[in-house]
Amino acid sequence: MAQVTMRVWRGDANGGDFERYTVEQNEGEVVLDVIHRIQATEAPDLACRWNCKAGKCGSCAAEINGKPRLMCMTRLDQLPEGEVTVTPMRTFPIIRDLVTDVSFNFQMAAKVPALLPPPMPAEGYRMYQEDVERSQEFRKCIECFMCQDVCHVIRDHEENKAHYAGPRFFIRYAELEMHPLDTNDRRDLIREDMGLGYCNITKCCTEVCPEHIKITDNAIIPLKERVVDAHYDPVAWLGRKIRRRTKRSASDAAVQPAP
Amino acid sequence: MSVTERATNVVLGGTRGGPDVATLRKDRWWLQPVVTVSILTAFVIYSTWAAFQNKNYYVGANVHRDLISPFYSPCLASSCVEGSRAGFFFNGWSLSPAFLILLFPLGFRLSCYYYRRSYYRAFWWSPPACAVSDAHSSYSGETRFPLVMQNIHRYFFYAGLVFNGFLTYDAIRAFHQPGLGWGVTVGTLVLIINATLLWLYSLSCHACRHLCGGHVKSFRAAPVRHKLWKIITPLNAKHMNFAWASLIFVAFTDVYVRLVASGVWTDYRLF
Repeated sequence: MAQVTMRVWRGDANGGDFERYTVEQNEGEVVLDVIHRIQATEAPDLACRWNCKAGKCGSCAAEINGKPRLMCMTRLDQLPEGEVTVTPMRTFPIIRDLVTDVSFNFQMAAKVPALLPPPMPAEGYRMYQEDVERSQEFRKCIECFMCQDVCHVIRDHEENKAHYAGPRFFIRYAELEMHPLDTNDRRDLIREDMGLGYCNITKCCTEVCPEHIKITDNAIIPLKERVVDAHYDPVAWLGRKIRRRTKRSASDAAVQPAP
Repeated sequence: MSVTERATNVVLGGTRGGPDVATLRKDRWWLQPVVTVSILTAFVIYSTWAAFQNKNYYVGANVHRDLISPFYSPCLASSCVEGSRAGFFFNGWSLSPAFLILLFPLGFRLSCYYYRRSYYRAFWWSPPACAVSDAHSSYSGETRFPLVMQNIHRYFFYAGLVFNGFLTYDAIRAFHQPGLGWGVTVGTLVLIINATLLWLYSLSCHACRHLCGGHVKSFRAAPVRHKLWKIITPLNAKHMNFAWASLIFVAFTDVYVRLVASGVWTDYRLF
């Protein structure tokens, strides 16, 4: 029976260190299987979060050999030879062992102004497939928060958490901004309070996303371009003045009754 | 209607888990920054040298060719060699004519979303790779001058389109061989490939994708822009490939024209 040595971070807010465990490794197993084996055999008090074991709940996010990954989706036979290092997500405060306090994300989620539709036509509104498809990608997010974890804006600069929503919430803002019925204009908010300008597009969020959402290309950059429309493009400004149209009046025009 | 955030306090601080080291990554994360630095540095050194040369940028009628280096096109100084000068030019410009135009393609690439990713990682180490520590103690991203100027990318995009037009015209002119008529030489193919790659790089740009249709709220309400957006989107997915290919090939095109102009290489006629 093959064996694997796991170097696991043990500790809490008072400090911690690595502990090594050498346990059985069966064919096809993932890191979470071995973490469970450590709990069952050597360290019953080892704390880790998990739920679905299918890459769909995002609970078991941790850092494996230094990279944010879902423990349930990381096969041991696809990791380099040698011991495997498992640490909690670096960006969030530790609770214990591999469990972190991800409250920051819920606080940022609570700040998002909700969808605000215009008065509906009496016959209702039909949303068309092309508009549904556009934001469908963003709805695949499982909120594992690995994109938030890997984002250096808050990973390496704690102080930026006060004014930076992070990639997970930029896809939420993008989804709302691209919704044909939304009449809220979040561009000033995104620029001034949610810190879109802090993102320097290094695409690490996209690299670690287990749902393969193109966070940077399809959400963050389109948001940056919308901010440019509003604040840095005098031609767009002049066009709006001449045509006496605002972004929102254009969106109102998009409201069409159901056929 | 412009909105503000819903009031919620963000709690900062707390002890982070894991050791205080720059990274725990075991793979060769440093390889990509090394490759990026090598290629971009080589390009900057070569293009600076080529711009200062102020010679061997045009192959003219004396060898029955009409080939101009993309670093010098359009040639806008009265000092441009015979046959290479554009219809509009500046009198009294004493420096290399390359300096009249290089700001625009340079600005387009410097402010390009893909190149920003590359050089922030490779040169500024902010961060050098994912889950590797940022090399700076404080960070303001693109919120302040000078990096806030990255937001003018779309203007360089517009300028880039104009330059692509000139380079396409150059590629068409390269079919003409003065004194011999029309035909195709290796140089013609080089200029065509160069113009094609530059068009692909420009049209796959994120700003182009936004301007073509990404800005609309409802694709249903803007079917033409939706179609344009659908054409640009798959190109946009390959923007990185076009960025590197066009960068390397524009340098190669200059090398080709330079070596033919200086007599080191012969521009063979294919048909």
